[in-house]
Amino acid sequence: MDLILVTMIDGLVTGLLLFMLSSGLTLIFSMMGVLNFAHASFYMLGAYFAYQISRYIGFWPALFIAPVLVGLVGAAVERYGLRRVHKYGHVAELIFTFGLALLIEEVVQFVWGKGHVEYNAPESLQFALFSIADYEIAAYKIFMIAVAAAIFIALLLILTRTRVGMVIQAALTHPDTVEALGHNVPLVFMGVFGVGSALAGVAGVIAGPVLGTFPGMAVVLGSIVFVTIVVGGLGSLWGALVASLLIGWLTTFAASYNIGMADLLGALGIEPPADLSESLLRDIWTLSLPQVGPILPYLLMVLVLVFRPYGLFGNRDA
Amino acid sequence: MLQIRDLHAYYGKSHVLHGVNMDIARGEIVALLGRNGVGRSTTCKAVMGQVALEGSIRFKDQELAGRRSFEIARMGVGYVPENRDIFAGLTTRQNLNLGVKPGQKGGRWTMEDMFELFPNLRNRADVDAAVLSGGEQQMLTMCRTLMGDPEVIMIDEPTEGLSPQMTQRVADLLNEISRRGVSILLVEQKLAIALDIADRVYVMGHGQVVFEGTPDDLRARADVRKEWLEV
Ligand SMILES: Nc1ncnc2c1ncn2[C@@H]1O[C@H](COP(=O)(O)OP(=O)(O)OP(=O)(O)O)[C@@H](O)[C@H]1O
Ligand SMILES: [Mg+2]
Repeated sequence: MDLILVTMIDGLVTGLLLFMLSSGLTLIFSMMGVLNFAHASFYMLGAYFAYQISRYIGFWPALFIAPVLVGLVGAAVERYGLRRVHKYGHVAELIFTFGLALLIEEVVQFVWGKGHVEYNAPESLQFALFSIADYEIAAYKIFMIAVAAAIFIALLLILTRTRVGMVIQAALTHPDTVEALGHNVPLVFMGVFGVGSALAGVAGVIAGPVLGTFPGMAVVLGSIVFVTIVVGGLGSLWGALVASLLIGWLTTFAASYNIGMADLLGALGIEPPADLSESLLRDIWTLSLPQVGPILPYLLMVLVLVFRPYGLFGNRDA
Repeated sequence: MLQIRDLHAYYGKSHVLHGVNMDIARGEIVALLGRNGVGRSTTCKAVMGQVALEGSIRFKDQELAGRRSFEIARMGVGYVPENRDIFAGLTTRQNLNLGVKPGQKGGRWTMEDMFELFPNLRNRADVDAAVLSGGEQQMLTMCRTLMGDPEVIMIDEPTEGLSPQMTQRVADLLNEISRRGVSILLVEQKLAIALDIADRVYVMGHGQVVFEGTPDDLRARADVRKEWLEV
């Protein structure tokens, strides 16, 4: 029971982190029709910028400055890169963002090296806030949850309560019509791209100390983020939230419970074949849950694509 | 007020408008007629800065060609596209509010005016605009553009697929728009309503203007109607 609660908290942390990336990615996708391969690279930049800044002036200023810098980089990428490539079509845009992801990785390696950098949680948050039975819950985890939740609420209020939010919602589906009503849609695009990048940057700032700050961190998270927005339904913010939490909990639970697949399948009433060594499926019975954990999100994606091709919250027409 | 000179427009490599000339004076209702695919919508899109073009489009002595769509709108050109692009997920009221331009102060039209003209919109003010009927959506898109207080408004096939009663209400709104001093470029398929309310008529064929005159002129020219309008 206690382990379940602890795992719930860990899963929530993972899920909210995923959401900080998937929310921006899914908004950018529905607005511009571009799947931004470089999105997770902004997450990585967030972590490295925060690492660098925190060495000079500490973690707390870095928490604010690094995402702003990442947002500016993102806005510049949209303004001077994507917007120019746009007229050559979606394939060109995809290739552009793909190239950008590689470029950012190379630059990061060049500046900060190939290994992990010493980017740690601030001293002030390195203590156990409370414990559940024998498990201590680090204050930093609760801090991550608070930051992510605050961002989610702010995003929701902006999108549903402000005029800019209305313009964004309308421009998601009808950019030309919105612009013909006198709204500066190119500026809105740049803003959404910048804010989306900044959100990924925040995720990098707070996840870097936990998940590690290294040049491969974008690739590690990037593919899961794609899975998340496909599962949630491209363009749906609620879908992104639900899918992020689902995948966060799925992977965390799988990683924490060392249950053999034989037991699991047995519990489901599936008996192993009499002669295991002869069976093609032999390997399945010898695996354990933590081993299959990492592929569960992909499995989920396949299932969703089979039964609801437009994603859990996706729009059929989109 | 609006002068289009030697306008050519392109979708990628396909050359759709071949030297269109057109004038709309202040307060005038001008109908733009023609068969499907002759380039009427493209003419509107060109004025709005939504397609690649060559030539000149002057509005109140300023050149529109080369400007961004939102600048053109802010200068006072309104556009109601043919596909009734209502913003689903937003309410009727939110749709109308999006018609108001950034920094706009007042204007000829208030939300209350719209609700007076179309009580249906008031009744459905706070529901998702996606559930409105086709006719209501058409009214909503026209009202939305009017909220931005344009001085000239281009309306693309507003009566398409509407019942005779709804068509009459569109005609009433067009007259009201004109009464408030707004020029209208009306793209139409239905000859009757166009001849009824327009001051002048243009007929297009193959990306060019093939006839220009008053409704009476067009009534007198059976040959033009036969060659360019009747199906
Ligand atoms: N987005 C587009 N890409 C390529 N060609 C287009 C596009 N839109 C229109 N065309 C072509 O341009 C020509 C003119 O189209 P336009 O929409 O202006 O016609 P229209 O007179 O408004 O007729 P209708 O609305 O009845 O189709 C047509 O031949 C059409 O096939
Ligand atoms: Mg048309």
